[in-house]
Amino acid sequence: MKTDRLLKVMVVAFSLFCVGVLPVQAKEKMIQIKGSDTIVNLSQAWAEAFMTENPQVSLAVTGGGSGTGIAALINGTTDIANASRKIKKKELDDAQKSGYYPEEFKVAIDALAVIVNPANPVKELTIDQLSGIFTGKITNWNEVGGKNEKILVLSRERNSGTHVYFLENVLRKGNEKGPEQFAPAVLMLPSSEAIINETSTSESAIGYDGLGYVTPKVKTIAVAAKNGDPFIQPSKETATNRTYPIWRFLYMYTGFKPRGEIKAFIDFALSKKGQKIVEEMGFVPLGEK
Amino acid sequence: MRKFREAIIEKTILLNGFACILFVVLIFVFLAKDGLTLFRTIAIQDFLFGQIWSPLAEPPQFGILPLFLGSLFVTVGATVISVPLGMACAIFIGEIAPRWMREVLKAGVELLAAIPSIVIGFIGMTMLGPVVKSLFHLPTGLTAVTGSIALAFMAIPTMVSIMEDAITSVPRTYKEGSLALGATHWQTIYRVIIPAASSGIVAAIMLGIGRVIGETMAVMMLTGNASVMPKTILAPVRTMTATIAAEMGETVRGSEHYFALFAIGLVLFGITFLINFLADMARHRKKK
Repeated sequence: MKTDRLLKVMVVAFSLFCVGVLPVQAKEKMIQIKGSDTIVNLSQAWAEAFMTENPQVSLAVTGGGSGTGIAALINGTTDIANASRKIKKKELDDAQKSGYYPEEFKVAIDALAVIVNPANPVKELTIDQLSGIFTGKITNWNEVGGKNEKILVLSRERNSGTHVYFLENVLRKGNEKGPEQFAPAVLMLPSSEAIINETSTSESAIGYDGLGYVTPKVKTIAVAAKNGDPFIQPSKETATNRTYPIWRFLYMYTGFKPRGEIKAFIDFALSKKGQKIVEEMGFVPLGEK
Repeated sequence: MRKFREAIIEKTILLNGFACILFVVLIFVFLAKDGLTLFRTIAIQDFLFGQIWSPLAEPPQFGILPLFLGSLFVTVGATVISVPLGMACAIFIGEIAPRWMREVLKAGVELLAAIPSIVIGFIGMTMLGPVVKSLFHLPTGLTAVTGSIALAFMAIPTMVSIMEDAITSVPRTYKEGSLALGATHWQTIYRVIIPAASSGIVAAIMLGIGRVIGETMAVMMLTGNASVMPKTILAPVRTMTATIAAEMGETVRGSEHYFALFAIGLVLFGITFLINFLADMARHRKKK
């Protein structure tokens, strides 16, 4: 008889579980946001601020990568897709096949800092030199004015929009379909923190990271867009006035022209208050330009 | 009425049994459907034996040999570390330790199995990495050997508990016979008990290897993920599991890259299937 009782308890527990789940499903307005890990913290901050102002709306923010977010948008499982890159042609076609017409919103600017160990004497590099280092043409620090030491090159993983941006705009110098590739010997680290950690412990390391993640444990490199151009240190100012060459837009995509709560949320993100949060999270606000 | 009830319960249980197999089959079909699509555009030998994994290049190259070798290096390293340790631990628990200590040790080993892999990865990254780096004078501590050490600790609990079962299930008479013939305790262990328990020990090793090869999170955090053809275990490697985990998020659904990741999944599925099959064979060999 003991098992019988256990069975009954299980049935009761299961029905309680179901009843417990239902009200959540039926709750007023639920907005799903999914995508780029670069923006996930920023979106979370927006969502929290937005929800305190609009308690009837609840937002769920998840990461997973820009591709995941856009795929979810195409499958109809998210309302807003975060992306740290522009939507690809193939994704746009797929979306239209599934009956969606993605709308694009630029929501913030992210400057990418090139970082080295503080003990490294190298202070400035051109985009050409960076391309050489990351594609494996330059392998020793003495080729770019440093010590005679092999360069340890660090990169974000391929699931990161940051990786793709760096590939297209630094390695390939803006030519999206160029032949340049990250050298096979480049270490692919799974997070921004891992890059900071590795750079701060290894004297021969070079890596890149969003400006918001940079800590005093590492040194940022001044970058020149072309040979002969001035070397610019990455900072909020140089990113806002676009003199620092390595920066990109961060995007949100919706499946349709946004309405109601979704529109209200995107408007909030683009508002003065929303852009203030951008700054607090270490990114660069869109500004006037 | 009672018979009817009995029959229903019986059928339900039967259905549950088949459901498990059904899920495995469905997973396999799903993997195969997307994985095999790759070979419409990429030759299978280029995929299996290609030396460059460069999915974002123009044109992309999907050679998984460096990834396969990466997995192999990490797995072999972890096996070399975990087998002697695990075996010694199992023998001590099963044969030598007094009863109270046996309970404490068993609980401890099982607790080790409960540590989430991301925690092991995190500890490995902050504690183990710097040690490996300074010990071998390397430019970075994120290497195959770092991953091997961390994974060895994840494989040990699986190995120990199965090995220990095998050792304690050796009939008492074997041990008593050996001791009666004048063999010492140590001689009895390595001449009688270990050979008698060998099938279980081999199965334990196989299952431990299966755990290591499928592990993702800790490996991704510890091995540096550079997709070079590995030459030594002191260099960064990229494993198959880490590749899938790291790249799935950003692929365009339905692209070659997406299918290539499924094809890697298929290869992994094949490897773990083979390992489990061998473990099963080893386990049943003695029972005949």
